[in-house]
Amino acid sequence: MLHIKCPHCGIRSQNEFSYGGDATVKRPELNKEISDQDWNNFVYNRKSLRGKHLELWQHLSGCRQWIKVERDTATHEIFNTLKANEDIS
Amino acid sequence: MTQSFRLENVGLINKDKKLSFKFNGKTYYGYEGDTLASALIANGVHLVGRSFKYHRPRGFFGAGVDEPYAVVQLYRNGETEPNIKATEQELFEGLEATSVNCWPSVNFDIGAINNFFRIFLHAGFYYKTFMWPKSFWYKVYEPFIRKAAGFGVVSTKHDKERYEHKYEYCDLLIVGSGPSGLASAYAAAKNGARVILAEDKPRFGGTLLTSEVNIGNQSGKEWAEGIIAELKEMPNVTVKNRSQVFGYYDHNMLVMSERISDHLPKTKKFHPKQRLWYIRAKEVLISSGSIERPIVFGNNDTPGVILSSAAKEYLKVYGVLVGRNPLIFTNNDSGYETAIEFKKNGVDPIILDTRKDPQSEIVDEAKNLGINIKFSYVVVAAQGYKKVKSADVAKISDDKEQLGAVENIKCDCICVSGFWTPTIHLASQSGNKTKFNEDIDAFVSGTSKQNEITLGAANGTYTLDETLKSSFETGHELSKKITNNDNKISFPNVVEKKSTTHDKFWCVPLPEGKNYKRFLDFQNDVAVSDVEIALKEGYRSIEHVKRYTTLGMATDQGKTSNLNGLQLVSSIENKIVPAVGHTTFRPPYTPVSIGAIVGREVGKHSKPTRKSPMHSWHEKNNAVFVDAGVWLRPRYYKQGNENLFEGSKREAKNVRTNVGVCDVTTLGKIDIKGPDVAELLNRVYTNAWLKLPVGKARYGVMLREDGIVMDDGTTTRISENHYHMTTTTAQAANVLSHLEYYLQLVWPELNVNVVSTTEQWAGAAIAGPKSRDLLQKLFPNSDVSNEGLPFMGYMEGDLFGVKARIFRISFSGELAYEVNVESDNGNFMWKKIMEIGEEFKVQPYGTEALSTLRIEMGHVAGSELDGRTIPYDNSLEGLLSKKKDFIGKRSLNREAFIAEDRQKVVGVVPLDKKTSIPEGSHLVKDSNAPLPNPKLGYISASCWSVEHDNPFSLAILKDGKNMIGEKLFAMSPLKNKVIPVEIISSHYVDPKGERVRS
Ligand SMILES: [Zn+2]
Repeated sequence: MLHIKCPHCGIRSQNEFSYGGDATVKRPELNKEISDQDWNNFVYNRKSLRGKHLELWQHLSGCRQWIKVERDTATHEIFNTLKANEDIS
Repeated sequence: MTQSFRLENVGLINKDKKLSFKFNGKTYYGYEGDTLASALIANGVHLVGRSFKYHRPRGFFGAGVDEPYAVVQLYRNGETEPNIKATEQELFEGLEATSVNCWPSVNFDIGAINNFFRIFLHAGFYYKTFMWPKSFWYKVYEPFIRKAAGFGVVSTKHDKERYEHKYEYCDLLIVGSGPSGLASAYAAAKNGARVILAEDKPRFGGTLLTSEVNIGNQSGKEWAEGIIAELKEMPNVTVKNRSQVFGYYDHNMLVMSERISDHLPKTKKFHPKQRLWYIRAKEVLISSGSIERPIVFGNNDTPGVILSSAAKEYLKVYGVLVGRNPLIFTNNDSGYETAIEFKKNGVDPIILDTRKDPQSEIVDEAKNLGINIKFSYVVVAAQGYKKVKSADVAKISDDKEQLGAVENIKCDCICVSGFWTPTIHLASQSGNKTKFNEDIDAFVSGTSKQNEITLGAANGTYTLDETLKSSFETGHELSKKITNNDNKISFPNVVEKKSTTHDKFWCVPLPEGKNYKRFLDFQNDVAVSDVEIALKEGYRSIEHVKRYTTLGMATDQGKTSNLNGLQLVSSIENKIVPAVGHTTFRPPYTPVSIGAIVGREVGKHSKPTRKSPMHSWHEKNNAVFVDAGVWLRPRYYKQGNENLFEGSKREAKNVRTNVGVCDVTTLGKIDIKGPDVAELLNRVYTNAWLKLPVGKARYGVMLREDGIVMDDGTTTRISENHYHMTTTTAQAANVLSHLEYYLQLVWPELNVNVVSTTEQWAGAAIAGPKSRDLLQKLFPNSDVSNEGLPFMGYMEGDLFGVKARIFRISFSGELAYEVNVESDNGNFMWKKIMEIGEEFKVQPYGTEALSTLRIEMGHVAGSELDGRTIPYDNSLEGLLSKKKDFIGKRSLNREAFIAEDRQKVVGVVPLDKKTSIPEGSHLVKDSNAPLPNPKLGYISASCWSVEHDNPFSLAILKDGKNMIGEKLFAMSPLKNKVIPVEIISSHYVDPKGERVRS
């Protein structure tokens, strides 16, 4: 079980969180033309990375904030956790 | 029977307390402090089971967790448990156990015939034979294997014992209380660290209990007892015996199972049987010791062949002789320690040492004691069927290839020592990159991935002095890092005998013309020849060899077999062992009971139960409940001898003719506030939301980004910047997360707050032609007329002093309202509705009637909005705004979603107007078409229409819009039904929707 540092609450066990997928995917802007390919990439296509991955988790049983977690998908090492509005410097 | 193998004044057991127990129906005696194994050996019992595949007689091989044979079925306090190691099970008064793997009895076993047909049962037998023909598997092989194999019987009774879970945090978790565990725990504890010290056995001290050593002028045992006593008194230390740390998971979380009551005849009142500990440790010290490994020779599985260290432990801890005529077969000095203990207790052992001329203190001591030692000698084969009677021995050449003339030596046990294998399981589980240590012929921990350090014998350090020094040092350094304290303790003087190197000899060659089975894995019956076959057949990877031969795959996970297996593969392949590599160690290190894993989450505690505030009223009024997620909802209210069908029909009919009331508290409710709520709703829902006036509700559908319908519900504008959203019961949590996702991550510029208020409001749906009359009487001061409170209108009212929210919304298709009050007033509201509604013939209705009403109206719900359908499929395309963008809109252009013959919801009636159509039935054109019969659609929901008094179903049907009037067949192979049906409109009642507006 992972130990995740919520930037709002501190270190908590994984079972308080739910996983939210790739954090680098940006939703296309509303009311803007977009090609089929770009839309498909947004909805369906994800890289299944081995290694460092920036991903979303929601602190469901805590502050309910969505946070960003930089985690190694192979080793589960967590390098960094960020608030939703923060980016990796 | 007398304990004829028990010694008088030896052992750590309590001879003042005699215990009786039964094994295979026969009564024996032992003492408090015995294990089942030690008590049986004391009684001269060595035949305890039959082997897995060949049903060969099996005895005891170890004295603890490494035991591969002595797995028994245990009976305790009216319960039974399989897969218990006799070497770990502590004796208690009245214990009963039976052998497993034998039928009809351990002495006469029909399965032993396998032993004679073993030519057929070699490696890969299961793969090659049992794969085909398929029918043979079910009829022949499977029943046969079931009878012949397995490690016991699982009880089918409910387990009445209690198991608990505990979460704990510490600075240092120390696994094992041998010399390294005690020293590191003591150093760290004295330095102020929070320490947990876990010992798997009942007694602390590990090898200190059986070694002839001296620490600070005390015996090893006395020193250990002193340290433990001191640790137990320290507030920053938790000391646990009977506690096995079996799993090392991510981020330094370890799991430990504590056996609290297994050693007692009966669990004490209010005590758990076992407790599972989830421990987050800043640092982990693995001091789990090492396991002696066997030397492989012919018939090395005969009862009486036992690890030399186990023989010593039986003698020193339990005062039990494994034999009176022991043969010690060793390639290192450890065997001598066992021999010396025998000798000291008046038993004359013979030592066979594979080494030519070892020089060490301990060898000299054995010589001085006059023990008969044969150097450069090996055991070729054990002789005897149910117990060792003698051993064929021979001199072996210096290159270990040639055997001399075979001689026979009488003996009643063979104590074997092939040197020591560090227990690296936990380190390996943690992700440690283990490395091979040439000096000890075994793997030791290498580069750590997590915060773990392996100490002492578990790290291949086999001298006490070195072990204690490094452990004191490590305990001190790690604790200093955490506590910043620097309290050093003085290091005690250590006296121990010096050993010399072991002989890298592990397998005795077969003598000319002999074909003895030489076992590597004793529990799974894997012999040298099996591995040879696997390699001959082309298996190379050790992982493949393992799976093909089942080497190391038994419940002991190869604790005594792994390294010899590797040695064999590497010698045949002409590789060095590290090039072959070991197989992956996975948790659990040793079997853990399912009860401990599940803990308290059994029966009704397996999930929370949510009840509405009106639950007690429903109970009193004969509600039959149904699980709706974790909610309990009334399915119908039983009157007299009514069944579900009759009751729900009555309730639904009453809604259509008079008025009914339904508990809708379970609907998800989300309170939404902020200046940008309308904009959020406009993006989340498919229809337009910017112009919803205060005091009005609107129905909306939300999609996922892939265009699939996620949920539907109504949202009401309570005031300028305040909205109340309802979701379906099932999707409540998901919808909240969905909104939070978009608000926090995608559109943080929207000034909106959302919070779940599902449990803050109690809800009652009042539906039926007389609902307005009832409502008026409930709220005499409010104007609830069609003009005062029109369809989709909202107002606040005063329910006899209680503040209420009144929504004019309908799920049943009737004139209907939903009244919400704060949860605490739910019961009050409900009773008032029932009381005042009496004159209008109000009846409560449950989920079954609710479904009936919505199905015959053609309202889609969960069975249609099932995560596979788009708005068009549910005839919700009218709610798709063309003017604005919304979540998922772009996906609706996908080719399949705009296909001309796209599936659509339709109504279905049986042609005979009598036969109900099972939900899940497939709709087909021709009921006699060859299989697979092309499926046109499926029945999503069925009811008995109370309006038409005949069955009616909803279906999702290909090209549904053009199928109205078609005749098809509804087929349910599950229910063995073929029903001719007609496709009609999904709106079976009030197709124009006049009633809700009336
Ligand atoms: Zn948080």
